[in-house]
Amino acid sequence: MPRYIAGRLLGLVCILLAICFFTFAIFFWLSPDPALAVCGKTCTPLRISEIRQALGLGQPFVTQFWDYVRGIFAGRDYGSGADLVHCSAPCLGYSFQSSQNVWQMITQRLPVTVTVAAGAAVLWLLIGIIAGVISGVREGTWWDRAAMFVTLGGASIPSYVLALVLQFVLVVKLQWLPFPGNVGFLPDPGLWFESYLMPWIVLALGYACLYARLTRSNVIDTMSENFMRTARAKGLPPGLILRRHALRPALTPVVTIFGMDFAGLLGGALIVETVFGLNGLGQLTEQAIASNDQPVIMGVTLLAAAFTVIGNLVVDILYTYLDPRVRITAS
Amino acid sequence: MATTTGPGLREAPVKPGAGPATGTRRRVLRALRRDRGAMLSATFLLLVIGMAIAAPLITTLTGSGPDTLDPNAINPNLGGAPLGGLGGISLAHPFGVEPDTGRDLLARIAYGARVSFLIALSATVLTTTLGVVFGMLAGFFHGWVDQVISRLMDFLWAFPSLIFMIAILSALPQGNRPLLLVIVLSLFGWPYLGRVIRGQTLGLTEREFVQAARVSGAKTRDLIFREILPNLRNTVIVIATLSVPGYVGTEAALSFLGVGVVPPTPSWGQMISGSLEWYQVDPMYFVVPGGFLFLTVLSLTVFGDRLRRALDAGEVG
Repeated sequence: MPRYIAGRLLGLVCILLAICFFTFAIFFWLSPDPALAVCGKTCTPLRISEIRQALGLGQPFVTQFWDYVRGIFAGRDYGSGADLVHCSAPCLGYSFQSSQNVWQMITQRLPVTVTVAAGAAVLWLLIGIIAGVISGVREGTWWDRAAMFVTLGGASIPSYVLALVLQFVLVVKLQWLPFPGNVGFLPDPGLWFESYLMPWIVLALGYACLYARLTRSNVIDTMSENFMRTARAKGLPPGLILRRHALRPALTPVVTIFGMDFAGLLGGALIVETVFGLNGLGQLTEQAIASNDQPVIMGVTLLAAAFTVIGNLVVDILYTYLDPRVRITAS
Repeated sequence: MATTTGPGLREAPVKPGAGPATGTRRRVLRALRRDRGAMLSATFLLLVIGMAIAAPLITTLTGSGPDTLDPNAINPNLGGAPLGGLGGISLAHPFGVEPDTGRDLLARIAYGARVSFLIALSATVLTTTLGVVFGMLAGFFHGWVDQVISRLMDFLWAFPSLIFMIAILSALPQGNRPLLLVIVLSLFGWPYLGRVIRGQTLGLTEREFVQAARVSGAKTRDLIFREILPNLRNTVIVIATLSVPGYVGTEAALSFLGVGVVPPTPSWGQMISGSLEWYQVDPMYFVVPGGFLFLTVLSLTVFGDRLRRALDAGEVG
């Protein structure tokens, strides 16, 4: 097992480096000159060459890439002499727009995004799995048909469309919820919950519907297995059969899919934050895109990639505990 | 669709079966024709596709193109809100007008449908080709070919594709946006089909009829095109159909975020993004493109789902 994890960790670092390389290469060769973006409107050729010098933009691609990667692990220095600026360990550079440290900008916004994403994940797993299990056990009943009808529709609503509909109905017309805002947890947990509820629902609904359908078909498949017939034949009560024999094999594929959806989760959070005006990574990215602020876009992309691959690794390790058959092949 | 590029419904794909009989197409068509959900969604899709194709005709009939400004349809005293009820619906503008500019929504929906379908269908054709070719290569020739292709698929799979698409599209200079979108969507879209095809090809090469063909001296080309490919047909049809709504949704999401199709080309995602500021004053401006997007994605999903069911039923019977 430790060898398996070590191997996976090595693969993880390789993937992250490759993603870093690709993103860097795209920005290096394809996007407009960053010196112009830094320079702004009052720009002289002299100022441009100064900026190019300070940011090391005249260097060849490999040198710049190496400096960037080394900056992430060991920190780096910008400029020279009196203008020297040290950027400490996880250094993702400085914003072209606000000259702020990108790592600090990201860590400041991260709590909001994590709140949105984590809350949504809890909600969609709960709703998806519960609805899916009930539908699977009662296959063909009116509940099953209604649930499958609703989930098909729910999976087809783009999140930003749902966001606007909910905001119009719940906030503007019925006034049940406040406008989602940047509310902290501590002074008033109730208000915090109310203002994050809508972002959670919006982000969770599509996934919840997909998970309900997936869980349902897994439960139906499992119920027709031979060991289920044996369990029924030896007279176990249906509730016990479900809990002890059916749920584990039926839910392990859901765990795998959940690992894959880590990627979509951050992207989805980005859209939801943009619609509701929440002050998270999504808004940061949107502003960075609008002003072609490359270091910020690079930083967010890398962070999202790190989340994705680490998420996949955690899920794979978890999987080996849920499904003993995998553990034997892995070790 | 929950914003990801993957196919909408990720239940077990169709199982590979024996070679499709000659009557399969007729049987599937008959099953679909009896299915009310499939018929309703097919009708709506044909309607939208018809609108997209006939977009120039529609604009000639109503007399307002997608970029024709109509100052008579809006009220400058109310900040440019449409004149008349329900977002300015009238004979000249059956779906109402855009606030502030008075552009005709019907024309913009029709031209937007052109862009959406063009992008989604091109991306589907490209991902299907890539997925089938690389999946079969990996499954048929084991060893290093399989290793290289499988690692590449793992690598693309691990990408946070939506965020990465946003990063790429925002970095690239304003070129041919629809073409860029097709390339970016396809780049991250094909590994899903590729993985499924690889798995099924691996299984099929072990089957008796393929072994028999191999032993009796069939060429590699014939093994691939005559024995294996026909058995993958159902899987390819179903996954390709179910991936179209994903691309429609992702294209709209990217355009909504401002990195997809850029003005003056109309797109549904762009229209919804524009309606953000107006939805309290003029809800219809949001309802029209939002409704079209939702119903299109829903119809594509329902149709793909029913198609799979019809194909699956034949495998069992």
